[in-house]
Amino acid sequence: MAGIAKEQKGKAATRDGYGKGLILAGIKNKNVVALDADLSDSTRSEWFKEKFPDRFFSMGIAEQNMIGTAAGLSVSGKIPYASSFAIFSERAFELIRNIVSRNNLNVKIAGSHAGLATGEDGKSAQAIEDIAIYRSLPNMTVIQPADAVEAEKAVVALLDYNGPSYMRLLRNPLPIIHDNNYKFNIGKGEILRKGKDAVIFATGTMVHESLEAAEMLKEEKINTYVVNIHTIKPIDEKLIISLAKKTNCVITAEDHNIIGGLGGAVAEVLGENYPCLMKRIGLEDRYGESGKPAELYEKYGLSANKVAEKVKKFVKGK
Amino acid sequence: MDNKKIAELKRTANEIRKESIIITHRAQSGHPGGSLSEADILAALYFYKLRVNAKKPDWGDRDRFVLSKGHASPGYYAALAMKGFFSKKELESFRKINSMLQGHPELKIPGVDFAGGSLGQGVCFANGLAIAGKLDKKNYKVYVLIGDGEAQEGVVWEASMSAAFYKLDNLVYILDKNQVQQTGLTKDVMDIGNAAEKWRAFGFNVIEINGHNMEDILNALDRSDNKNGKPTMIIANTIKGKGVSFMELNHKFHGKAPNDEEFKRAMEELNKKI
Repeated sequence: MAGIAKEQKGKAATRDGYGKGLILAGIKNKNVVALDADLSDSTRSEWFKEKFPDRFFSMGIAEQNMIGTAAGLSVSGKIPYASSFAIFSERAFELIRNIVSRNNLNVKIAGSHAGLATGEDGKSAQAIEDIAIYRSLPNMTVIQPADAVEAEKAVVALLDYNGPSYMRLLRNPLPIIHDNNYKFNIGKGEILRKGKDAVIFATGTMVHESLEAAEMLKEEKINTYVVNIHTIKPIDEKLIISLAKKTNCVITAEDHNIIGGLGGAVAEVLGENYPCLMKRIGLEDRYGESGKPAELYEKYGLSANKVAEKVKKFVKGK
Repeated sequence: MDNKKIAELKRTANEIRKESIIITHRAQSGHPGGSLSEADILAALYFYKLRVNAKKPDWGDRDRFVLSKGHASPGYYAALAMKGFFSKKELESFRKINSMLQGHPELKIPGVDFAGGSLGQGVCFANGLAIAGKLDKKNYKVYVLIGDGEAQEGVVWEASMSAAFYKLDNLVYILDKNQVQQTGLTKDVMDIGNAAEKWRAFGFNVIEINGHNMEDILNALDRSDNKNGKPTMIIANTIKGKGVSFMELNHKFHGKAPNDEEFKRAMEELNKKI
């Protein structure tokens, strides 16, 4: 079964990496402050609070106020990390647009419990549009780590990045695919598996599903690249174009609407540079529902075997 | 209070009003009504209260001023130019392409602490400035000017709750309660009710004044220096369009520039006031 189905075996979630990374960032730089909107236990910003109580700000269930306050702190020389659930960060979208991104402020937003993978909480909690909306903002960097180590490294890497960012985090424990020496490079795709017949550009949970799908496809004599696109903006255009040229068979995979997210971003790059047929795997412009993440991934076509099926059909159909 | 100083500040306020009319008339765009209502408050802040240095606009210990009602930029830009943050000549470029003085304030403008334009947002931003001041043990104060129509935005109340919770006694909200918003009287569009009681219930020191009485404004600003662990709200009862008879309490001049005839009449009225 797929990566997400393994969650019960208790790996680590990217939100755990966020919590650990925040502490490291806080140790590295005394100007780091954290804000949360009554979800600090879920987003793991609570770990920072325990270590640095004076530098943690509880904002109550008031996301707009959290973002505005973070912006005020950032122009005063602080480095605010503001977290909530991905879906609720969207409630402050217009403040993120009009204060944070418009002024290119150094505010690091984190949205956890993104996508269908959130599971039982259902539609209202499953952000499937966050990548698309944040990606559309000038100045904004959009990151989705694929495992807890990458999340931790990304939080620390953002210390050296002066500008607005959105980090998409997940509730579910996922396999760890990076070791502690891993260096996170904003904007650089990471080739996890090589192939010759196709390339799957994946982000977040779908990196794991795609890796498993690639194994299944091998048995069908289809060898595919799997690339971790942890930075959806700025996206690694060079890598995307070069692997498209190599394989002429491009697939994207994301736990997000197929409109405007990773699939949209890759299509934009290829459309202007190397037009070729591609297949976007993701939510097909519909909302999810309650259920276990693995069940939902199966039903909505995101599980490894569904990915393998879709890739196979796409490769054969070309 | 020194009568000479008060007379001078009143003259300054009138100059801000005149510039607001000139700027919006020239651009044939912009918001005169709210600029006229805030003029006395801006004069008091920039020429009496704020510790700012026009030669060093980014001075770290300066008092911060957040114009949350960012559309009232004509009056604001006039005050900043008169204070010397940039030349008065610059006012001629208001709302023009490639200009520094954009329709709503931008952070790159010398003296500007907040880029407004979307209502309610300056209030929580000001909270962030005040929290940073506390964290860094700085003595600066943060003032934020809010419109009464603006107080219909929910984030104003989120921020107010938060300011009291964090005991931001280095923070002063000023409500330019000019009674009018874009489509009519505030009490008819969405009545904000008893503002003083509301902010008192939110945990503020509340001072209510006539926002066109210079002595009242100065006294209120000085009283807001008393630190008692609470933020302060100065409710300034004002008149939208104050100083130009046909603009007073007239929502049509919220976001409409005067035409040539109206410009002439407005300037005649304001010139008589000096």
